[in-house]
Amino acid sequence: MYKNMFIIVLLAGLGILLGSFLLTHHANKALPELPAYYADKTASEVGAANVVTAVIVTYRGFDTLGEVTILFVAASLIAMFLKTSKAPKDRHPRPSSVILSTAQKLLFPLIVLFGVYVFTNGHLTPGGGFQGGAVIATGFLLLLMANPQAEFKHGLLNFIESISGTSYVIIGILGAILGLGFLDNRFMSLGELGTLFSAGAIPVIYSLIGLKVGAELSNILHHLNEVQNEA
Amino acid sequence: MVVIILTIVLGLVMISMAVTALTAQRVRAAVLASGIVSLIASIIYLLLAAPDVAMTEAAIGSGLTTIIFFYVLNKIRRSDV
Amino acid sequence: MEYLTLQNIGLVTGFLLILIGLYGALTQKNILRIIVAFTIFDAGLNLVIVALSYIKGRVAPIIDQTTGITNLSEKFVDPVPQALVLTSIVIGVGVTGVMLTFALRMFKTRQSLDINDFKETKW
Repeated sequence: MYKNMFIIVLLAGLGILLGSFLLTHHANKALPELPAYYADKTASEVGAANVVTAVIVTYRGFDTLGEVTILFVAASLIAMFLKTSKAPKDRHPRPSSVILSTAQKLLFPLIVLFGVYVFTNGHLTPGGGFQGGAVIATGFLLLLMANPQAEFKHGLLNFIESISGTSYVIIGILGAILGLGFLDNRFMSLGELGTLFSAGAIPVIYSLIGLKVGAELSNILHHLNEVQNEA
Repeated sequence: MVVIILTIVLGLVMISMAVTALTAQRVRAAVLASGIVSLIASIIYLLLAAPDVAMTEAAIGSGLTTIIFFYVLNKIRRSDV
Repeated sequence: MEYLTLQNIGLVTGFLLILIGLYGALTQKNILRIIVAFTIFDAGLNLVIVALSYIKGRVAPIIDQTTGITNLSEKFVDPVPQALVLTSIVIGVGVTGVMLTFALRMFKTRQSLDINDFKETKW
């Protein structure tokens, strides 16, 4: 009882704090200095049409490297917690319906293609590596749902993940050697603003991030699917 | 004005779904309600001029999180989940 | 009427979601429900950050024919919070996955989901 009282008092205090913030805060009329710099200089400095992509991949590229590392650690932890025994599977779920397996054959390539489209056009349109990777993982989920018993080549996902992660860091170091700093995109030609082959190394980096995120999320789903067949 | 009214309606649905998520009898219903909270949040992101965030929230926050929840719920066979 | 802006509605919704999520995380007994409350808290926090970066009458930070390439800092909303929230959402799903698989592991060892059955972690 006292515990509940304490929680309610705590939340009421937090509510009063947030409410007073709401009443006293004034909406921004103009951008602060740093975002204004990003908005003005992206077209000439980075060459990407999507400013959010420019901030994620170039200006704040180091954060993104940390982010994919955190995602990798999370995927490894999930794999560790879900470690499957080698004992024979004793549950036999009934095979999936004809509609699901036929639709999977038709839709899986299209979904993967859409994911690739989303991350290769990340510097022009909304979207990018993380969204494209999630779309690819959704396609992989459809594959898993249509064939819950199938044995997938687990090594392929790990291979894609390690190769794309390593290439990401190598491109970052190339930027430091040939360009102006770690993860600088200007060692490749900036091209014309708004075309597919523009913005220097941004499409390459975002495609690698997309492959890495897609492989990691697919790996998580694959591990979760594997333990479903256990007792 | 239409946008404001739409946002208010979406916000009310979002908060009622969040309350549903805490009060629902079964965990399955709570997970679905929190998925709806994420989905409506992605519409509000779009109205707040953040299409990148809206895409991420719809694909990752609403889709994959719910799927991971259901994979785990499927392993916990009890009457109240 | 002057308080009824898109930004303020987003802020109020986000604040309420934060309070609801925090209340749920502190009062629920079932581990899975605590994780659900955490995802609601997460959604509210992200909504507040994006709403704070919104400026009335401005467009999403993507260059196209309608924006041109001059004076962009007077046409765009703030891109930096959007990039950070994108990061936060992706990390959120990783953290939720780890929490869920850990809960599954706890359920397998003790056959219980009640947080009060796990006294060892208490101090």
